[in-house]
Amino acid sequence: MTATTSTMGSREERHVPPMGGFSPTLLRIELRRLLRNRRAVIFTVVMPVVFFLIFGVGQKYSNESAGHGNVAAHVMISMAVYGAMIATTSGGAMVSIERSLGWSRQLRLTPLSPVAYVATKMVTAMTMGLASVVATYCVGAFSHAHMDAHLWLVTGLIAWVGSLVFAAFGLFMGYLLPSDNVMQILGPVLALLAFGGGLFIPLDQMGSTFRHIAEFTPMYGVNQLVHAPLTGTSFDVLWLVNLLVWLAIFVAGAAWRFRKDTARV
Amino acid sequence: MTTTSLESRRDSAGVGTSGADAISLRGVRKSFGSVEAVRGIDLTVRPGEIVAFLGPNGAGKTSTIDMVLGLSAPTAGEVSVFGMQPYQAIRRGLVSAVMQTGGLLKDLTVRETATYTASLFAQSRPVDEALARAGITDIGDRLVGKCSGGEQQRLRFAMALLSDPELVILDEPTTGMDVESRRSFWASIREDAQRGRTVLFATHYLEEADSYADRIVLVRKGMVVGDGTPAQIKAMASGRTLRATLPGATEATLRGIPGAEGIEVRGDTVLIHSRDTDAVARHLLTTTDARDLEITARGLEDAFVALTGDDETEDVTR
Repeated sequence: MTATTSTMGSREERHVPPMGGFSPTLLRIELRRLLRNRRAVIFTVVMPVVFFLIFGVGQKYSNESAGHGNVAAHVMISMAVYGAMIATTSGGAMVSIERSLGWSRQLRLTPLSPVAYVATKMVTAMTMGLASVVATYCVGAFSHAHMDAHLWLVTGLIAWVGSLVFAAFGLFMGYLLPSDNVMQILGPVLALLAFGGGLFIPLDQMGSTFRHIAEFTPMYGVNQLVHAPLTGTSFDVLWLVNLLVWLAIFVAGAAWRFRKDTARV
Repeated sequence: MTTTSLESRRDSAGVGTSGADAISLRGVRKSFGSVEAVRGIDLTVRPGEIVAFLGPNGAGKTSTIDMVLGLSAPTAGEVSVFGMQPYQAIRRGLVSAVMQTGGLLKDLTVRETATYTASLFAQSRPVDEALARAGITDIGDRLVGKCSGGEQQRLRFAMALLSDPELVILDEPTTGMDVESRRSFWASIREDAQRGRTVLFATHYLEEADSYADRIVLVRKGMVVGDGTPAQIKAMASGRTLRATLPGATEATLRGIPGAEGIEVRGDTVLIHSRDTDAVARHLLTTTDARDLEITARGLEDAFVALTGDDETEDVTR
């Protein structure tokens, strides 16, 4: 070989990394980075817990029955969903910041495939979502939330898996919005969606027009699905349809913007 | 996308041979709308060369580099890196780049950024080695956002070394650095290049190109206008300027004058740059009505500016 042969072997021995560069090292660094972000931790872990303590504990309705548990448990589930929704949205929306910093461009000078990049973002977002649910449930367990033992697991899982819709939403917005403070725009939007989905105030306390509109918002499906095991309301397939349709819309939107972003022009 | 990205073995198609050129550009053009940033560049860089891509801002340097790195596709022509498509070379870690700005996450530490980058390659050099070569071992635990411009640039360089690439491309790497960091940054690169790495760097400083390159490729308005050793380029850029009054002259008619290199017409005044202004003067005085001849020598930088400078206006590239 010539003098240019590197210490790692000849040009022909160079490999392309497996799985497009997706690796545990990436996830570890991404998570550490998230934990370093105090604002993200406050919004995703501290805030839902505080909301639960304010609205779920010590109120005169707290210990009233809500089906297979008490109202405190109902509020706890709502706040866990809200926290997971903020966590996953901001996790997905991180692509916006990374695009504005030129990091995505830098990554294109490495073997990391765009699909592996998005997968890393999604796993990170979902991990934060999980942290949000677990934190809220832990505080709930040590305060006055009561429900049947298996419901802790069932509702927790639904809350977490359901937040996938918002991971996709965050990703879509992250690619769509040029801003590097995208969460300042999305925060109020999420609060509106939470009201629309009946997360803060039960929908049956609202007017019928509002209730009809609410049924078409992205939070509605998740919220109904996650509370049904507790309240004992019978399953309505429309909830699942709501969730899946919104998931499809956000994934399609993200894929569309993503393709535009990574195209070689 | 998935099928290829999940593949861990090297592609069998289109993989270059050891004898391939580090960079090969054939008739490369790049347009952005109606603006032509690159207007037909042919360029071959052999392995082991240290090449300066020298030209003023807007000459098409960055547009060309983006195509070599596979960040953008040429409007026409062919780009290959070690006989492969640019993206194939990137995926094997054969080529890396130090960009001018951006490309760093402020909330990671220097070491985390390097570890992150190293983990993306199938084979990589130890992080500590890259940090040491870039001279930033002592700031490994510092957050990137707290690093100075020069330190960030050294980090970019360390990141570029991680895959042990055979070709490193630097796009105006010392922009915004003070003289001292500039010098020590180049010392690191120079030292590294002695191991046989091919280096291509873009700059708009003739002095930088002269000091650190074996070969200078001079670009102007999206075209190569000079290619040679620093000595050859300097010879090209030196010479004298002849000024004369010649009513009715046009660039086209003046271009035929033997020895005339740079031509500029300002009303009745013509400016002709040449290494042999005597021959130009003789020609003007014997075959035209030129009068008021003045011949002046120029400094090196002036000469370079004249050679690459924009005499028209348009040109917005990069």
